[in-house]
Amino acid sequence: MTGNVEVLATGPFAAVQDLGRPGLAAVGVGRSGAADRSSVRLANRLVGNPETHAALEVTLGGLRLRVSEAALVAVTGAEVDVRAGRRAAAPNGPVVLRAGEELVLGTATRGLRCYVAIRGGFDVRPVLGARATDTMGGLGPPPLAPGMTLPVGDVVAGQPVVDLAPLARLSEEPVLRITPGPRLDWFTRTALSTLVTAGYTVTADLDRVGVRLDGPPLDRSRSGELPPEAAVPGALQVPPSGVPILFLADHPVTGGYPVPAVVREPDLDVAAQLRPGQRVRFALSREG
Amino acid sequence: MISVLPYGGSAVLVESQDVLGLQAALESAPPAGVVELVPAARTLLVRFDPAVVEAASLTRLLSSVSAVDVATGTSDVVTVPVRYDGADLADVAEVSGLSVREVVSLHSSASYVVSFCGFAPGFAYLTGLDPALHLPRRSVPRTRVPAGSVAIAGEYSVVYPRPSPGGWHLVGTSSLPMWDVERDPPNRLTPGTRVRFEAV
Repeated sequence: MTGNVEVLATGPFAAVQDLGRPGLAAVGVGRSGAADRSSVRLANRLVGNPETHAALEVTLGGLRLRVSEAALVAVTGAEVDVRAGRRAAAPNGPVVLRAGEELVLGTATRGLRCYVAIRGGFDVRPVLGARATDTMGGLGPPPLAPGMTLPVGDVVAGQPVVDLAPLARLSEEPVLRITPGPRLDWFTRTALSTLVTAGYTVTADLDRVGVRLDGPPLDRSRSGELPPEAAVPGALQVPPSGVPILFLADHPVTGGYPVPAVVREPDLDVAAQLRPGQRVRFALSREG
Repeated sequence: MISVLPYGGSAVLVESQDVLGLQAALESAPPAGVVELVPAARTLLVRFDPAVVEAASLTRLLSSVSAVDVATGTSDVVTVPVRYDGADLADVAEVSGLSVREVVSLHSSASYVVSFCGFAPGFAYLTGLDPALHLPRRSVPRTRVPAGSVAIAGEYSVVYPRPSPGGWHLVGTSSLPMWDVERDPPNRLTPGTRVRFEAV
């Protein structure tokens, strides 16, 4: 499959993402890549792509594309109405577009980020081995804008074999499992119990870097500044306000605020779908 | 004295007096399952593959690793030519009670080592700054600092690899490219690299 895709509308924010640039943190480059990694992998598998192909990450929906040639696409992630040409189409399965037809995503009704894969992948120029848009580091392709044209690649993994991937619905009030972080001892004994018993509200201050929460503060048992140290996705970083910020895909490579707890990696896909105003809870996990 | 702190399901954070020495030790004999080392000011993040090694056994192993001596490292010295024309040079002189000429002399006569990278791609924190020039960051950061700006803050000096916001004191400008994504590696300065500034 070849040809190209013209971007007609993007919604609030849309960008090309793959699985990112692992292994470069020592030179100040974060992994970046899809915030919800299982959804971008699924979208690629549904159209017969390698999971590492670049897809589109669409925040809150509102994307409109036109394909120059016949194409096979799949939409995963947040719940959203999908139209292919004049036809209603189902998410979580392959969707055929004829040459010149549009793919239109409505507004996401549950969850935040949709993923659009196309058979052959979006073949934008890789930077440092990946096509991910790193909003913090300013690496990779620019965010999508109307009028932009994206080339479609021709490398595939095989034929699509599934018509529909059955998935559990995203929870209205998800529980994110955490494990103790490196600086739990900078906080009072009650901080961890506050974190796992109180619920938190997702604020509108969220992006690919992280999610600022609102809720009871976690009190510090020691003052002083922490010299910068490396962070990981899922780190709950606690600024002077005491209310944690949850780091997502484009988190800073190093951070200067203490991290008392870390969200488990499998739950980060759920965290990437949190919407402003939504409630979220944390639960202590025994395993990493 | 090494302490190993938990950091999620696929990383631990190692506190060490000699981060670069610990990193060098782990690079010369990589433990099974370790996939990435990320040095910072006082810590080394060790990322591992939990399918290969368990956190508990890796923690035990890391607790017994001895740092190797890299202080007299054999790495090449990168000489960075600097035009000492920074917008904050006069302020730095005034706050530290020195003349501009003394600031330039102190900054350009010290030997620096890249301690770690962070904040932005290729942003290398250089240790070795003369204590007379240790100043807190500017109270109001600039929204845009040009690439090539040579700056100081706290115990560190830096050459901005790309334009970015910044709260460091600008003392000069260098034309030496620090960051190029077409190059492999893209950064000129990596942890452990020794650096000198040369006034031009």
